[in-house]
Amino acid sequence: MLQIDRKLFKNIDWGFTILIFLILAAGLINLYSATSEKNVVSNTYFMHQIYWSFLGIIVMAVALCISNKFYKENAVIFYIISLILLLIVDIYGMISAGAQRWIRLGPVSLQPSELAKLSLILVLGYYYDAKKNMEVLALPDLLIPIILTVIPVGLIIKQPDLGTAILLLLIFISIMLYEGISIKLFFALTGAGLAALPLLWGFLKPYQKARLLTFINPDRDPLGAGYHIIQSKIAVGSGGVWGKGFLQGTQCKLQFLPEHHTDFVFSVLAEEWGFMGSLIAIALLGLLIVWGLEIARQAKNRFGEVVAVGITAMFFWQIVINIGMVIGIMPVVGIPLPFFSYGGSATMTNLFAIGILMSIRMRQHAYPVSTY
Amino acid sequence: MTPRHEGRLKLIRAVLPVIIVFLVFLGIGLRLWYLQVYQYQTYQRLSINNRIRLKSIPASRGLIFDRNGVLLVDNRPSYCAAIVPEDIKDPHALFSFLKQALWIDEKEIRKRLKKRAYFAPFQARVIKKNLGILEVARLQTHLAEFPGLEILIRSRRHYLYGELASHLLGYIGEINQRELKKYQKKEKNVYSPGDYIGKYGIEKTLEKELRGEKGGYQVEVDANGREMKTLDRVAPIPGHNIYLTISIFLQKKLEELMADKAGAAVAVNAETGEILAMVSHPNFDPNLFTTGITPLQWRALAKNPLHPLQDRAIQGTYPPGSTYKIVTASGGLEEGVIQPDTILFCPGYLRFGHRSYRCWKKSGHGNISIHQAIVGSCDVFFYQVGLRLGVDRLAFYSRAFGLGKPTGIQLPGEKGGLIPDSRWKRKRFHEPWYQGETLSIAIGQGYVLATPLQMAMLMASVANDGKLLRPLVVSKIVDIGGKTLKKCKAEIRSRLPLSEKTLKIVKSGLWGVVNEPHGTARRARLKDISVSGKTGTAQVVRIKRDKLSHKKVAVHLRDHAWFVAFAPSDQPVIAMSVLVEHGGHGGSAAAPIAGKFLRAFFDGEEQY
Repeated sequence: MLQIDRKLFKNIDWGFTILIFLILAAGLINLYSATSEKNVVSNTYFMHQIYWSFLGIIVMAVALCISNKFYKENAVIFYIISLILLLIVDIYGMISAGAQRWIRLGPVSLQPSELAKLSLILVLGYYYDAKKNMEVLALPDLLIPIILTVIPVGLIIKQPDLGTAILLLLIFISIMLYEGISIKLFFALTGAGLAALPLLWGFLKPYQKARLLTFINPDRDPLGAGYHIIQSKIAVGSGGVWGKGFLQGTQCKLQFLPEHHTDFVFSVLAEEWGFMGSLIAIALLGLLIVWGLEIARQAKNRFGEVVAVGITAMFFWQIVINIGMVIGIMPVVGIPLPFFSYGGSATMTNLFAIGILMSIRMRQHAYPVSTY
Repeated sequence: MTPRHEGRLKLIRAVLPVIIVFLVFLGIGLRLWYLQVYQYQTYQRLSINNRIRLKSIPASRGLIFDRNGVLLVDNRPSYCAAIVPEDIKDPHALFSFLKQALWIDEKEIRKRLKKRAYFAPFQARVIKKNLGILEVARLQTHLAEFPGLEILIRSRRHYLYGELASHLLGYIGEINQRELKKYQKKEKNVYSPGDYIGKYGIEKTLEKELRGEKGGYQVEVDANGREMKTLDRVAPIPGHNIYLTISIFLQKKLEELMADKAGAAVAVNAETGEILAMVSHPNFDPNLFTTGITPLQWRALAKNPLHPLQDRAIQGTYPPGSTYKIVTASGGLEEGVIQPDTILFCPGYLRFGHRSYRCWKKSGHGNISIHQAIVGSCDVFFYQVGLRLGVDRLAFYSRAFGLGKPTGIQLPGEKGGLIPDSRWKRKRFHEPWYQGETLSIAIGQGYVLATPLQMAMLMASVANDGKLLRPLVVSKIVDIGGKTLKKCKAEIRSRLPLSEKTLKIVKSGLWGVVNEPHGTARRARLKDISVSGKTGTAQVVRIKRDKLSHKKVAVHLRDHAWFVAFAPSDQPVIAMSVLVEHGGHGGSAAAPIAGKFLRAFFDGEEQY
C-alpha cells in the first residue's frame, strides 16, 4: 500500500506544497484575530485549530505516500463505511430528536458528512475508471453515479445539513460535466433537476426556507437571516482598500458579526486586510483551484483524473459559496471556507484531500520516467 | 471517437474549466471592489456609527373571552424605563439621576443589568416597569442628557375579573433561562430574554396561539444610540383570540358559592364535555404577576398553608368517598354479582376477619336492595358488593369511568389520581392485596384518589348514558381577521362498558339520593327541575365517629365533603362535582352549593 520510493519523492510538487502552507498560515493568522476577544485570556479556538492543523498535515503526509491503486481498490469499502457512519448519525439524531451531525468517540467527535465528500469522489473515480477512456457517457452509464450520489445526499439532508448535501450534488455535476456528457442528456438532466426542485423544497426545514427566501428578498427578515448578510457586508465594505489592520476589526470585535470564526470568517479577513488582503487571499485560493485542474489534466489514468477533478470541485464550490455568502451574492447556507474556518473534521478532510491530490500529482511522472 | 475529436476534447478540458474558474473569481473580485472600494464610504459610516441595530416590536398577545364573547383578559399599555448599557456615557450622572427620578439606587440597577448577562449586545434592558405618569414626564424631559436611557412602551396583561377563574386563565411572566433554552431547541428566534411567556393555565397551554409573531425594525443609530433612520421594518402579527368554554356568569356564581371555603367545583356540559365553570379556592390575582410581583407578595402566595396557587380542580387528589359507590354499583350489576332485586342485610356493621367494619348509619339500613343502598349510601351493602367483585374488577370499572389517569384537559399539571389494584400494591409495597382493604376501596376510601374534574366527567358519562368525554376549555380560536381557526368538538374518550339496564338502575338510584325521603342529598333539590346526584364524605383521618361530634373535631382533621350531580335527571344537560375540603358531610356542606348553582344555571339558561 505504501510506496516509499525515493524516485517518487523527487516528484513531490514543491510549488503546490508551498501554496498549501501559505494558505494554511493565512487561515490560522486570520482565525487568531477572529477568535481573540477582549477580556479573553486564552484562545482555545485558535489552539484547537493549531492542533488540528498539525494532525491534518500528518494525515496529508500519509495520504501522499499511499498509492493511487490502493485508493481505487478500496474506494467502494470507504464509500460503504461512510454511508454506515451517516446512517448511524441519522438514527442517533432520530432518537435524540434533534439535529445531529457528529459521532462522539470519546474526546473526539467525527462529522461523517465530511468523510462522505471524499468517499463519494473516490467511488465515482472507481466507477469512471472502469469505463473506456475519453468515452462520453450516456444515460444508462450515468444511472449508477447518480444513485451513488443520491444516497449520501439523502442521508445528509436528513441530518439536516443542506449545505453539504448541495456540495455533494455540485461535486457530482462537476465531475459529470468534466468527464463529458452528451448535450441532449445534459439538457434532460437539467430539466429533471429543475422539476425536482419543488420536491426538494418540501424537505427543507422552515429556517432553511427562510434563508433562501431571505436571499431572494432580503427585506423579508431583517432580524433573522437578513441580519447576518447585512452585518457581513458592513464588515467587508468598511475594510476599504487597505483594511482596518490586524486585530482591529470592529464589526467582529463588537460581536455584530455572527459566526465570525466559522462561516463568516472571511468577512473578518476582508475587514482587517481590506481589498488588497482579500484579493491576495482569493488569488491564493484561485491558484489552488487552477493547480488542481492541472493535476487532473495530467493524471496518468482516469481514476486520478476524476478524483483530482472531484477534489478540486469540492474546494471550488466551498470557496465560491462561502465567499459568495459573505459578500452577499449567495444565500446563507452553512458551508465553511476551507483552511480558514474553524473546525476539526473539516480541516482533517481538507488536508486529507490535498494529500490525495499530491499523491496523484507525484505519480503522474513516476512510471513514464521509468519507462523512458 | 476519432483522434481529432479526442484532441479537441483534450483542449476543451484544458482550457474551459480554467476560464470558468477565472471568470468566477473575477466576479468575486469585482464584488469585493464594489463593496470595499466603491461603496466604502457608506459601509464605513455604518460601521463607525455602529450603526445598525435591531429592535423588536413585541406582538400583542391574543385576547381571552368567555363562551359568550365577554372579554376576560386584555392588554394595557405600560411604560418602562430601560437602559442600553453599551450606550451609557457617564454612569455616575445617570445613576444619580435615576435615583432621583425613579427611586431606584445604583445597586439595584447594577443587579438588574448583571442578572441579564445573557442579553444580546445593545439590547435595551428594562430597569423599572409600569412607570407612573409623573415618572414618565421626569424621564422624558431629561432623556436627551443621558445616552443609553430609553422609555419603552410595552403592553401589560390585564385580567379584567381579577381572581375570577385565575387557575384556569393562569398568568404570564418573564421568560427564564431554562424556558429560553427549551424553546431555542425547538424553534429558533421566537423568544429572546425579557419576553413574556405563559407560565400557568390557558396562558401556558395556548402560548403558541396567543403569543403572535414579533415584528421588528432595523435602525441606523448614532454614536449615542439615538435612532436616526429606519432601514427596514416588519410589522408584528398579533396573537389569536381565544374563546373559552366557561361562562363568566356561571363562573362568578360558583366562585361566590365557594368563596369562604377551600375546595374545588367543576360544572360541565354533560353532552359535549365543555367546562362551564371551574373553581379552585382559595385563588389568587393573576394581575400581581404582570405588574411585577414583589418578593413579599410571592412569599405570601407560595407559603400560604392553603396553597392558593394549586388548582385543586385538576391537581387536588382526594379520596372520592361515597361518590365512588357509583363505580362499585355499576361494576356489581354489570358483573352479575348482584341483581337489581338482590336484598342484603345491613345491621350497621359488617364483620370481616377479626374486625368489624361500620356503616355510617349506626342503627343500620336493614334489608335493602341496590336502589335503596345508593339512596341511603349504605356502606355495608357496598362492602359486600366490593368483596364479591374483588379489587381488580373494581379497578377495571374505575378506569372505565376515567379514574386513575388524567382526563386530558388542556391545562398544565393535571394529576391522574390513583386507582389501586393487586399488581400496584405488590409493586409499591411488595405485599399482597388484603381483602380487608377491598372493603375501604368499595366505598371510596383507602388508596383511591380522584380529582374533582375526574368526578365531574364521571358524572357526565353517567348522565349521557355512557360517553366518557374529554373536558374542553377552549371553545374556539379566532385569528385577528375574525376567521375561526379551530372550533371545539365533543371528544369521546371511550364508552362505559355498561349495559343500558345497569345504567338505568344506577341513574334511578342517583335520582333517589336527591328526591327520595331517605336520600342523603335532599338539600340539592330544586322545586321545578329534578336533580340526580351522590354525596360523599371522605375521611381525612380515622376518627371514632360516635365519640366526637362534628363541630369538636379540629378543622384540618375534618372530613372532605363531596357532591356530584347532573340535571335534569331525565334529560341531563349539566354535570358537576363539588368538593369542600374539611367541610364535613357531603350532604350538608357540598350538596347545597350544587343546589344553588344549578338553580342559577336553570334560571338563566337562555343567557348562556
